Amino acid sequence: MDAKRYELNVQLAQMLKGGVIMDVTNVEQAKLAEEAGAVAVMALERVPSDIRKDGGVARMSDPAMIAEIKKAVSIPVMAKARIGHFVEAQLLEALRIDYIDESEVLTPADEECHIDKTKFSIPFVCGARNLGEALRRIGEGAAMIRTKGEAGTGNVVEAVRHMRAMNREIRQLAQMPVEEVTGFAKNNGMPYELALRVKELGRLPVVNFAAGGIATPADAALMMQLGCDGVFVGSGIFKSADPALRARAIVKATAYFNDPQKVLEASIGLGEAMPGLEIGQIPPEQILAKRGW
Amino acid sequence: MSLHLFRHKPDLMGVLDLQGGVHEHLEHLERLGLPYKRVKQAEDFTNLAGLIIPGGESTCLARLLNIFELKDVMLQHHRRGMKIWGTCAGAILLADKVLGEKACLGLIDMEIERNGFGSQLDSFKSEAVINAVSNDPIPLTFIRAPKIIRVGKDVHVLLQIDDYIAAAESDSILVTVFHPELTGCLALHRYFALKCGLNPAAENRSAVHKNWENSSWMQLARIAS
Repeated sequence: MDAKRYELNVQLAQMLKGGVIMDVTNVEQAKLAEEAGAVAVMALERVPSDIRKDGGVARMSDPAMIAEIKKAVSIPVMAKARIGHFVEAQLLEALRIDYIDESEVLTPADEECHIDKTKFSIPFVCGARNLGEALRRIGEGAAMIRTKGEAGTGNVVEAVRHMRAMNREIRQLAQMPVEEVTGFAKNNGMPYELALRVKELGRLPVVNFAAGGIATPADAALMMQLGCDGVFVGSGIFKSADPALRARAIVKATAYFNDPQKVLEASIGLGEAMPGLEIGQIPPEQILAKRGW
Repeated sequence: MSLHLFRHKPDLMGVLDLQGGVHEHLEHLERLGLPYKRVKQAEDFTNLAGLIIPGGESTCLARLLNIFELKDVMLQHHRRGMKIWGTCAGAILLADKVLGEKACLGLIDMEIERNGFGSQLDSFKSEAVINAVSNDPIPLTFIRAPKIIRVGKDVHVLLQIDDYIAAAESDSILVTVFHPELTGCLALHRYFALKCGLNPAAENRSAVHKNWENSSWMQLARIAS
């Protein structure tokens, strides 16, 4: 990926700012998401809460299904590759979708290496729990970052933890004298040059979305008020009582995140949200955010 | 309050702030020293000489314009003289014909095809001289861009490339399928400001601004300290 291509990929993410990216598993859901005002769809076979329930190895989705969804909508289509599975990424690039999510929701293919994203022309979004993880992924060529909230739980607590951690570390960097950056970068596993860049910009150098556990319009507005540039919603829409209504409500709440009256209007009469899961009740080996590093 | 406030000539530039590349346009307006505001509610349209509809996803923007009843407000202000510039998704919203879909605002006589080039892998950068705008070549950034297929007789083509039109204007509307806000070039923002009867700062004459970088918009979107 040359510098020009990378810039174009970062810029596509910029055009998604203030929007909602929705997980969809078939053409009907993709059309519903587009109609509701999603800025992109994430095509996958099972939403995270089903992946969590079913267990086993979760892999890249059937390319035929992804291709059908790509044909059915005009908004950008994203799809997931396993962490480190660069051949799944090659296939998704050959399918000419718009963005790859190197995702902890799928079973990692490599416990040591993430994909070398600089080898691709297609853009990647990666999850991060803190600034160090975000900058490691950007160092590997990610053009967009998202929080690594616990997918499929309907519980926003982990996404909040990750966003607060990133914000705290960005503030620390912004305020420290330059000579302290070396040690801070070393201790937090950050590429030094990127740490300097964050210090200068006062934010991540790429667009940063919220992901993982967002189930209500208020969850979306919460993440936006914490400084996210936009929102991914996975199981939260199609595992709720009225997906069409909820999808539209989350789009409204994300656009008007700073306007409690509008978020309130969006929150009324949506029916049941997806069933939630307390993080403490998940066996430690099933925590998805610990996949990748 | 004195009466002249009510007779005040609209002198602000607005950027529709629902979704998409809002900061990027605001940053360009700031460089040109133009007074601007974000436009999110009906009352924000007051005093706008011009409105920019940024790039983003046109289906999302159209949906939000409809549910928050901003569409009619925008049309009213257009009738009172507010000029509108649409970049990429914004151009789709302004067109009166969208291939295979329903049009949204229908304010300019042209037909546009969404996503005319293909996927993100087909996004590209190039440059061209737009005679009406500047003598210098203008950098062009196309991101999943639409193509303008044809324009009506009252619409003036500003830039034609191969088989499609990349920029056009009517008396009150400017459309570009590329993203000047994603380059260091201020020429189109200046051009639109003049079209709106505003006075952009004179010192930034060169087409491409030297200290601009793609992250320049981030000064408007820092993490609060």
